[in-house]
Formats: sequence, structure tokens, C-alpha cells
Amino acid sequence: MRYSDHARSFQPSTHPGTSRSPANLMATITIDRTAKQLVLTVQEYSLFAHRAVMNLFSAPRYWPEFLVQSDIIGFGSATIVLMAGFFTGGVLALQSAATLAQFGAAAVTGRFVSITMIRELGPVLTGIMVSGRNASSMASELGSMVVTEQIDAMRALGVDPMRKLVTPRLFSCITMLLFLTILADAFGIFGGAAVSVFMNHQDGTQYFSQAWEHLRYPDIIQGLVKPLFSGFIIASIGCFYGMRTSGGTEGVGRSTIQAVVTSSVLIIFVDFLVTQVLLTLLPPL
Amino acid sequence: MSETSSNASPNPAPSGRHPALPADAGPVVAFSNVSIAFDGKPVLQEISFSLAPGETRILLGPAGVGKSVLLKLVNGLVRPDQGSIQLFGQEIADMREETLFALRTRAGMVFQEGALFDSLSVRDNVAYQLIAERVRDDEIDARVHEALQFVELDDTFALFPSSLSGGMRRRVAIARALIHQPELILYDSPTGGLDPVTSTTIIELVMKERDVYHTPSILVTHRLQDAFTLCTHQFDEDQGHMVTLPQGVTNPNTTFLMLEDGRLIFDGSLHNLLHTDNKFVREFLE
Repeated sequence: MRYSDHARSFQPSTHPGTSRSPANLMATITIDRTAKQLVLTVQEYSLFAHRAVMNLFSAPRYWPEFLVQSDIIGFGSATIVLMAGFFTGGVLALQSAATLAQFGAAAVTGRFVSITMIRELGPVLTGIMVSGRNASSMASELGSMVVTEQIDAMRALGVDPMRKLVTPRLFSCITMLLFLTILADAFGIFGGAAVSVFMNHQDGTQYFSQAWEHLRYPDIIQGLVKPLFSGFIIASIGCFYGMRTSGGTEGVGRSTIQAVVTSSVLIIFVDFLVTQVLLTLLPPL
Repeated sequence: MSETSSNASPNPAPSGRHPALPADAGPVVAFSNVSIAFDGKPVLQEISFSLAPGETRILLGPAGVGKSVLLKLVNGLVRPDQGSIQLFGQEIADMREETLFALRTRAGMVFQEGALFDSLSVRDNVAYQLIAERVRDDEIDARVHEALQFVELDDTFALFPSSLSGGMRRRVAIARALIHQPELILYDSPTGGLDPVTSTTIIELVMKERDVYHTPSILVTHRLQDAFTLCTHQFDEDQGHMVTLPQGVTNPNTTFLMLEDGRLIFDGSLHNLLHTDNKFVREFLE
């Protein structure tokens, strides 16, 4: 049904008590249109993501593109991820030490920092940082290619842009996010150690032994499963909004904003879901 | 470089080309009642025409009438809402994208602004299809040099698109479209926004491809001067440039299509175009 037909079906009723004002009619149509648009976007994204994943299981595969993207995403994001991890670990140590000291438990700062970083903050912070840097760059790069007809040119030359551009970005982002998260965790623990030793004057050996001894496999598994989801979200959302760009350079800006906002929110939402599932499957000791 | 091309012309075309399709072969492109709409707004309605082997169709019409959309329908970059499109004898309106990729490699396309890949050098842009097919590097280099010599831009081999002028970008785009020896070429406003001298250079390249290799093509333009030049001139291989046809003689294989409000309102020769009674065509020509 077209919107004009839909509008006709909402003509004000002649029956008393059931009439609708033009404002209500417009509001209904707007809600209807927005809901349909949302469902359509979700459907398109699902098909897009499915195709991007399935491309890995059939030829041609563009391994050089995978390596290039791994360098851009992994090495390129390393500095901001390490710094974010280091200072977050430091802040955790600062904030927790004072509270823990009230219970005479300042010595467990290392345990608190390591478990918090590995289970939660490392994966989420890395996801958000990489999303800000890479989902935006993917959306703007692919969006620019769309509006300058480079994507059409690629298709006209017989090359599938999904295989050439999207699939390598997807799998390199998943792979690199795993390693970046491990680095963020490690530097977070170092940051906590620096604060504990140099500012809170605690014993470094005690900090690291607490950080190490109370770490369990479920904690590590939880910390390493989350970046797989975050990496998938960052690349698939970034590429999705980039590839559906329209409206010239203004459209590129719009796609970039949508990619960063959507991927950041989804990372936190999926983190919540994954945490709930993993806490059920692998309950803490 | 092929012997034929190196001896025949100072600007040889890529070697190993497919022989021109026989004139009695079926149409290269055939549209039948094709319609398409974007966001509910009709863009093209009930379009029917065909392109025979060796033929050049010049698609005229004002800006925004759907010329580029029609061109993208030809190689399946855009799918019609209804109607039938045959490319090289195969129905492509409902063909899967994966199958279309192979078919598209038989057709070259020159986009409005060139659509060169910014991050790749001219060499890699022109060789894009060959690289995708994993052709050996030395063979790629040789064929890229030949294609660039054809468009007289061999010295841009190692440059990047950002350092090229608008006209040079179009010529590189033509080289990219020709390197795979296409059986059909689609030109989307190849002279749009260019100065008259550069436009003539581009039209001469289009003419060379038409007259030397008899490659069928569809050329979108709103510049009547370019369209008439293609009809009233031919490329002289011996002299290496285009020459004017005798007074009153036009190229019989170059014909016109004209769009108005998404409908095809004219399909015929230059003579018919100049003598039509259609009011819109007359206004457009004037």
C-alpha cells in the first residue's frame, strides 16, 4: 500500500466520537512510516551482514585487503586503545583504593582492577574507541566511494564490492579487536599498578599477585568473547551505513554520524546481553 | 603491443581484441517496456529500443530526465521495476548479482566524472579488471601502456587521479573501459563539464573506438555539438585523427534516442531528428 493510499484509509470518520484531527492523522502516518523504515533497515542490515560473512566461505577472497585493513584497524588504533586502557586502569585504582581502604581492603586493588578491566571495561572501552575511529572511517570512505560512483564502477568492472571492501573489513576488525582488547586489558592493569605504587604507595608485588591469583578462566573467556561481537558490530554497521549513503557529501556526513552512534549504542547493548548469557553459562566462583 | 595496432595508428588500442560481432547477430542490448521508479516517483516509463552490433546510439535529453539511470539499467547496475532487458542475448532484469558480474566484464563503462579509484594509481585503475583476474604483472604493465597510449596519456602511468585534470580523468576512465576489450561500451556524459577542446579529444576517442574496432556503444550526452560531430565525422586510421564526412553524408550506424519526462520520444537517424515534428525535440535542438 502506498502512503497516499494509506492516508486515504485514515480519512476523518463521519461517526461521532471516532473522528480524527489532521494532526492525529499526520502523527499516525509518521509513526507508521518510521516503524516501516526501521523494520526495513533491520532487514537490509541482516541481509547485508549475512552476505558479508558468507563471502568468506567462497572464492574470490581478497587476502591482501584483509592485511591492509588489519594494519589500519589494528596498528592504527593501538595508540588510542593503549592510552585509554592505561588511564582507565589508573582511574579505577584511584577510585577503588579510597573505598577499599575504608574496609581495610586496599590490598585487593589489583584484583579489582584486573577483573574489572578484563571482564568489562577493556572490551567495552576498546569497542567504543575503535568504533569512533574505524566505524566512522569505514562509513565515510565507502560513502564517498558511493557518491562518486566508485562503487558502481567497481561493479561495472565485474568486482563485487561486498567481497572486495566489506568482507575484509569485517574479519580484520573482528581479529584486530581481539588483540586490541588484550592490549587494553594489559595496559589497564599497568595503569592501575602505576597509580597504586607511585601515588597510593602500595606494594607492586602485592598488586600484581592479587591481579593474577584471583583471575579465573570464566573472566578471561568473558573478556575475549565480547570483542568478537564488538568487532562484528563496528565493521558491519560502518560498512552498512557507508554503502547505503545517498545525498552527496552531506549524505556522507550523515552516514558517518549514524555509523558511530549506532555502533556505539549496539556495542553497549550487546555487551549487556553477552554478559548476562555468559554469567548464566559460566557463573563466577 | 600488437603489430596491427602499432603500425596502423600512432595511438594504438589494446591488443588481442575480440572481433567485432557480426552485423546479423542479435541485438547487443534490447529494452522492452522497461519502467523504473524511485521512492514512488516514475523515472523511466515503457522504454523500448535495441542496439545492434556495430551501432552507436546517442541518448539525448535534458538534465535529470533519466539518461544515466537508463545507462545503468543496460549493465544491471540498476534493476527495472518492470519490463525486459537483454544484454548479449541474456535476460538480466532478474539475473542474480553474482551472475551479472561475469556478464559485466564484457561491457566497458565510462562514468560521468570518471569514477577513478582515488587510492589507486593510474596504472592500478586502468588494470583493475586484470588485477582482479590475477594476470601477470609484466602483461598488466604492457596492456596498461597500450591502453594509455590509445588515450594519449602514457606519461600518467604512475600518477594518482588527484593529480589529473578533469579531461585526463575521463581519458583514463576510457582507457580503463577499453583495456578488457569490451563488446559494448557505455559512455555516461563523457564530455560533461569539459572545455570544447578537451571535449573534442574525448569525442575523437569515442569515434576511434567506433570506426576502428566497430564496438557498439551507447553514449549519453546533452551536448548536441558532440552528438552531431559523431554523426558527421569519421576516424581516419591513416591520418590518426578524425575527418569530416562529405556534405550531406552521415554515419549510418550512429543514431539517436531522446528522452522527455522519462519516456522515449524519439528513436531514429540524424536526418529524422532534424526533420521531426515533435515540439520538444525541436525546442531541444534550437
